[in-house]
Amino acid sequence: MSVEIKVGMADLNVCVSPDRITTLGLGSCVGIALRDPVTKIGGLAHIMLPDSTTIRNNSNIPKFADTGIEELVRQVTRKGANRSRLVAKIAGGAQMFGFGSNSEMVRVGERNVQATKKKLAELKIPILAEDTGKNFGRTVIFYPETGDFVIRAVGKQEYKI
Amino acid sequence: MGEINLDTMSNEYFDVLKELGNIGAGNATTALSQMIQCKIDMAVPQVQLLEFKELGAAMGGEEVVMAGIYLAIDGDIKGSIMFLLEKKAAKHLVAKLMGMESEQEDLSEMELSALKEVGNIITGAYLNSLSSITNLTIFPSVPDLTVDMAGAILSVPAIEFAALGDRMLMIQTQFFDEMVLDGYFILIPDLDSYGKMLAALGINM
Repeated sequence: MSVEIKVGMADLNVCVSPDRITTLGLGSCVGIALRDPVTKIGGLAHIMLPDSTTIRNNSNIPKFADTGIEELVRQVTRKGANRSRLVAKIAGGAQMFGFGSNSEMVRVGERNVQATKKKLAELKIPILAEDTGKNFGRTVIFYPETGDFVIRAVGKQEYKI
Repeated sequence: MGEINLDTMSNEYFDVLKELGNIGAGNATTALSQMIQCKIDMAVPQVQLLEFKELGAAMGGEEVVMAGIYLAIDGDIKGSIMFLLEKKAAKHLVAKLMGMESEQEDLSEMELSALKEVGNIITGAYLNSLSSITNLTIFPSVPDLTVDMAGAILSVPAIEFAALGDRMLMIQTQFFDEMVLDGYFILIPDLDSYGKMLAALGINM
């Protein structure tokens, strides 16, 4: 029996095949799935903000792209994944509202995606696929068995990357 | 002026924010009732300080499709405000306002535009009461509307709260006419504005 592990906002967890791991309703947040294709050990993080170093109150590790991804790598390798084999898929970072003023906050989705890519590049983890930006919410389900990253959005057919 | 931290906020501050929320939601209900010319009852609003991972459950699930109206606010109080309503309830309200029910499941352009107006009036009434209680100016921007999963819409105010702490203040208001309409207000003042609001009410920090 496989189970579904749920990851909340500002949260992360590991997942081993045949289980699957999901996070619901990603908006401007970014979901980062990591996987070791050999051991089929993976994990998923749901980050909210790009950079922990610009925020004074930054003790909540899974909240930020930089510290969240580092922690996810730590947890999947502790579970038995090989650090050098890790690959990533990412989704989210939408701009849910369009209004102009407070533009830095409005564009936080885009900044979350940039920060995620920067951190993964720094850790030399290749991004195999992404579904980011645009203006709609996404639910994601990751299967460490196959590496499929299934995406569900309102009014769209379910698809995978 | 001391800094407000929602994670360690005392009961006194929380009670004040709660009361502001109650009054605002009451005014919003009156405005809504006048707009659709129909009596609307309101349950006592629930004011909650929630951790981010509890947000979805508090609204009946992250994937529930909702209409979210979002405005920036400027003036003495700066920040933003969001009003959320389940899509079903939104369609019901708009049908009342336009005097006709639409058959389609999706909201038409005209329904979306009417809904934006509903949101504008509701948030306007909320902000007006806040402004008159505190005697502080609040200038709302033009509203923006999106219909999507609750989690995705909530990510926007949640991210603004996330820059300050690990919890979010949410006011749930239940309206009733023939059906129960669950509405949610999320006021997101910046840190200075929290201080100004509380100081205006004579609360020292």
